[in-house]
Amino acid sequence: MTLLGSYLTLAAVLFCLGLYGVLTKRNAIVVLLSLELMLNAVNLNLIAFSKYGMIPSLTGHVFTLFTISVAAAEAAVGVAILIVFYRRRVTVNVDEFDELRR
Amino acid sequence: MATVFAAYAWLVPALPLAAFALLTAFGRSLRTTGAWVAILASLGSLALALLIAGERLAGAEDYSQSFNWLAFGTATLSVGIDVTNLTSLMMVVVTVVGFLVNVYSYGYMRDDERMTVFYAYVSLFLASMLGLVLADNLLMLYIFWELVGVCSFLLIGFWYHKPEARDAAKKAFIVTRVGDLGLLIAVLLLFWYMPGHALDFTSIGNVFGNDGGAISAGITTLIALLIFLGAVGKSGQFPLHVWLPDAMEGPTPISALIHAATMVAAGVFLVARTFVIFEASPAAMATVAAIGAFTAIFAATIALAQNDIKRVLAYSTVSQLGYMMLGLGVGSVVAGMFHLFTHAFFKALLFLAAGSVIHAVHTQDIREMGGLGSRMKTTAWTFGIGALALAGIPPLAGFWSKDAILAAALERNPLLFVVGAVTAFLTALYMSRLFYMVFAGKPKDDSHAHAHESPAVMTAPLVVLAALSVIAGFVETPWYGWFGEWLTGEAAHHAGYLAMIVATAAGLLGLYLGWLIWQKGTIDRKALAARMPGLVRVLERKYYIDEFYDLVFVRSLRRLGYVLRAIDGLVVDGAVRLVAVTAQAVGRLNTRMQSGQLQGYLLAAVFSVVILVLAVAGRRLW
Repeated sequence: MTLLGSYLTLAAVLFCLGLYGVLTKRNAIVVLLSLELMLNAVNLNLIAFSKYGMIPSLTGHVFTLFTISVAAAEAAVGVAILIVFYRRRVTVNVDEFDELRR
Repeated sequence: MATVFAAYAWLVPALPLAAFALLTAFGRSLRTTGAWVAILASLGSLALALLIAGERLAGAEDYSQSFNWLAFGTATLSVGIDVTNLTSLMMVVVTVVGFLVNVYSYGYMRDDERMTVFYAYVSLFLASMLGLVLADNLLMLYIFWELVGVCSFLLIGFWYHKPEARDAAKKAFIVTRVGDLGLLIAVLLLFWYMPGHALDFTSIGNVFGNDGGAISAGITTLIALLIFLGAVGKSGQFPLHVWLPDAMEGPTPISALIHAATMVAAGVFLVARTFVIFEASPAAMATVAAIGAFTAIFAATIALAQNDIKRVLAYSTVSQLGYMMLGLGVGSVVAGMFHLFTHAFFKALLFLAAGSVIHAVHTQDIREMGGLGSRMKTTAWTFGIGALALAGIPPLAGFWSKDAILAAALERNPLLFVVGAVTAFLTALYMSRLFYMVFAGKPKDDSHAHAHESPAVMTAPLVVLAALSVIAGFVETPWYGWFGEWLTGEAAHHAGYLAMIVATAAGLLGLYLGWLIWQKGTIDRKALAARMPGLVRVLERKYYIDEFYDLVFVRSLRRLGYVLRAIDGLVVDGAVRLVAVTAQAVGRLNTRMQSGQLQGYLLAAVFSVVILVLAVAGRRLW
């Protein structure tokens, strides 16, 4: 039980670090990296529950693999968008991304 | 005899109405053509009115036609026309004067840019006035009553670039409103108390004429007085006479048509039309007689001291309308309507002749005129005939009608008779003053020495009206009461020669005195004025009635208006503005939040989740 608790704590710490990064960093690349950090915190949670949870099963592993692959695709799409954006605006500064307001 | 033309009586008001529609639609593109349209329409009305009157003279039966307009509950409102001797007489008066004024205006208004607008208004007025005359029920009459008021307002303010004309138009509208409100309340009371909510004149005649007690005496008096209030407002009786002299700011043909011959006589016509109600209430009759007599002498004294040619005539109109009311008040519809009939001709004549003078010398101040008689022969002659008719010199029209009123007054109340006789004297005095100051003597101003006669289109109506002023009186003389018999079905009775002698003597005395003062100079008028400066000033200031109204009503109402406006601005507008400001502030806040920065949105989302979690967790702890 204590082991589960420490895994969850680690995952929470990772998640918060990622969230902090997403919220505060101005460089879009770093924001994407922080996003990956948050996803990994979630993965850690899933693994921890699948090993030490009330009903241990393989489902958590499968889900983790899914998440990793989706995250990889998402990162690829995200970086591609960033590159297009960089070509148009010559910046990766998140503060200057205000397209949603227009 | 069968009724042939009466069935087409609705065409009489419809023709000017069509002219109004045409002129309004095609307004500026037709100039003189527009005038011809209006003149022809009024000529058509005149012809039809004469045909109907001729048919009635031959003894046709009363014709009425109506259809339901609105039905609610058990009550129905109807519209319809009523052709009786009374209404056909009024129709003839209105169309004759209307047609002649239309012709005259062709000369008088020729240089005015808005001539077609003028003719459109005049046509609308004629249509409404004829509608008022023909209406077979009180509600319809009230609608047309308001319409003629609107036309009067529009035409008084026709030269709206003059501030006096604007003010006069507003004054006329607001002052008559007081009377109109009385009439409206009377209509509502009648609607409430009449069996079956009937408002047509036949039912009113039946209910009040039979004295059946369907309506209590108090209510009858109240209704009669309220109707009379409406007549007081429209006919310029004391104390609501103040608008009529100011209404002279309008074009002179309008003064002749609306403010001398027709619209102001609508009040007299209204009383005559609802005479059964007045007959059922002695108190109301006494009020009508008293107000009429007082107005007659009151306005006649003011007319003595005015220096504007049209204002003298306006006060004379007020005075003569008082005379008509006096005639009605002493119980003689025939006398009142007879005077209305003759007065319409000679007063329209006087106004049109005055307009001809104004057209020639471009001033209205009689002190600047003089000696115009030799240069404007037709105008001077016709004006003279009108003045003699108004002064009541036999055998002109005014004499017979005035005599009829005086005779009726003598029968009822000697005091009223004396007031009437004094008024007749004053009338002759101010008319001789006007005539001598305008037409006799030497020109006071060199520029007027070149004044010349008006064109034939203006003098021809004068001649026609002068002829009518001479002969119109012979329809009803003490020896030949045909008019009264025709109008009411019973022979009017005359008191004999006393009234006639007194009326003639008063008129001749007034003329002689006027001749002495203003023509011969035997009596020095400067010395006369110097002997009683107070009286002269009071008369010149019209008994300070305007000042009194200004002090009592206008100022206090204006102050009340300011207070109400402040309340409106602070409370009502304030509440509305508060709502607007709140919405704006919320909007501005939301605009600022929508920055387009994803991180900002995310932060807001995180905070919201935190608050949600705290709330859920907190509830569990509670």
